[in-house]
Amino acid sequence: MKRPLARVSMRFTELTMQNNSVAKLLSEPVNVINVGLEGFAAELKQQDVAVTHVDWSPPAGGDPKIADLLSKLGT
Amino acid sequence: MELIEKANQEALSRMLSADPVLIDVVPASTAIPELKEKMILHAGPPIDWADMCGPMQGAIAGIAVFEGWASDLKDAAAKAATGVFDFHPNHHFDAVGPMTGMTTISQPLMVVENRTYKNKAYCALNEGLGKVMRFGGNDESVLARLGWLRDSFGPAVGKALRSGDGIPLKHLVARGLTMGDEMHQRNVACSGLLLRELAPALARTADDNEELAKALAFIGSNDQFFLNVAMAMGKSIMDPVRNIEGSSVVTAMCRNGTDFGIRVSGTGDTWFTAPVEMPEGLYFPGFSEDDANPDMGDSTIVETIGLGGFAMGASPAVAGFVGAGAASEAGNFTRTMSEIATGENPEWTIPSMDYLGVPTGIDIRLVLESGLAPTINTGIAHKEPGVGQVGAGVVRAPMKCFEQALVAFAESVGVK
Repeated sequence: MKRPLARVSMRFTELTMQNNSVAKLLSEPVNVINVGLEGFAAELKQQDVAVTHVDWSPPAGGDPKIADLLSKLGT
Repeated sequence: MELIEKANQEALSRMLSADPVLIDVVPASTAIPELKEKMILHAGPPIDWADMCGPMQGAIAGIAVFEGWASDLKDAAAKAATGVFDFHPNHHFDAVGPMTGMTTISQPLMVVENRTYKNKAYCALNEGLGKVMRFGGNDESVLARLGWLRDSFGPAVGKALRSGDGIPLKHLVARGLTMGDEMHQRNVACSGLLLRELAPALARTADDNEELAKALAFIGSNDQFFLNVAMAMGKSIMDPVRNIEGSSVVTAMCRNGTDFGIRVSGTGDTWFTAPVEMPEGLYFPGFSEDDANPDMGDSTIVETIGLGGFAMGASPAVAGFVGAGAASEAGNFTRTMSEIATGENPEWTIPSMDYLGVPTGIDIRLVLESGLAPTINTGIAHKEPGVGQVGAGVVRAPMKCFEQALVAFAESVGVK
């Protein structure tokens, strides 16, 4: 199921704040949230890395004109 | 934008407050006075003869012979190619039709009245299974059945309905959802419930016991009999939602076997079209996807009101029938469609999903933002005229329709 990107990025920000350096982040077991391309999640799963995949694609398939209109029309 | 939110709430309110009642069966010339000789209404958005698919051309040849406008199928096709017949979409005349969707002057049409908004909508009677005109069938058996529907069955059902106050459909559909129907590819429960409502009046008003028995057996043996009722109901619900300024809610989705078309409330009666897609599904023994025709019919009016693919969760059996996956996955289709809907219908609920209301009011903005196209459960016709149904499956509405619609809609509310 697709989820709004805002919710995903909020969670990402929280994670970043909790781990204030890349070094610290990688010194502990990694929990990955993969957004978009499912192949990345599959690769991590194969290496026994905990990963949550979020099915997401850019609005209007990335068409900038449609995306611009959507942002003005609101949802 | 506040204008859009208010307009969409108004659209949703009109859908939820509709009161569709099956009140009559009448000749198409009575229901639609604009219908004339050699005028043929078809499913989907406007299309010319040369662009029509095989089953559509086959049905047109068949209905022309049936109406006495051509001596045989070859003569009918030649006349169609030279512009003798006048083609229009059903949707332009308050009507809908399944698959090829043939509507001509002598066809008996069911009449559904939306008593809240005083409008009426029409759909032909379901012909049953096997070789039928809606799938492009056009041989003598198909035309003979159409003759019986016109001369005996249609008038009998009309008389029975007129003897009472009609059959309210909203509660009937609500019960059907609790009994495993989604009202597009599964209508077993609703067809049975309708027969229970109709049978006493049919018996009371029948002139001939043998014809009565034949009529009852015809309904009782056709699991899809209610589909055409659901379609007329859908059209009667959606027509009052047209032309609400600022509403991005879809008011019609349909296909003619070549193009898929949608209409959006805020952009009036403009069609936004794109090439129709191939259904993915399961095929009857002896057939494969090589035999399949692209998606076709006005029956997507059922998804437009939140049933069919949108109500898949109510009908795990359909998920298997249309090849959409395991029965346990049926609910995922409904949950996904909730993401593109303005709201839910509190009267049409799905018990196995904790009485979730079916997703109602497709918002073109949500479709494009999420990338989730409406899911449609559909029958699959053979690509050659005269063969009939070869399977059933799932198809998605083309995104291009929604992209075009969004551009026009934005203009209608002054956004560039």
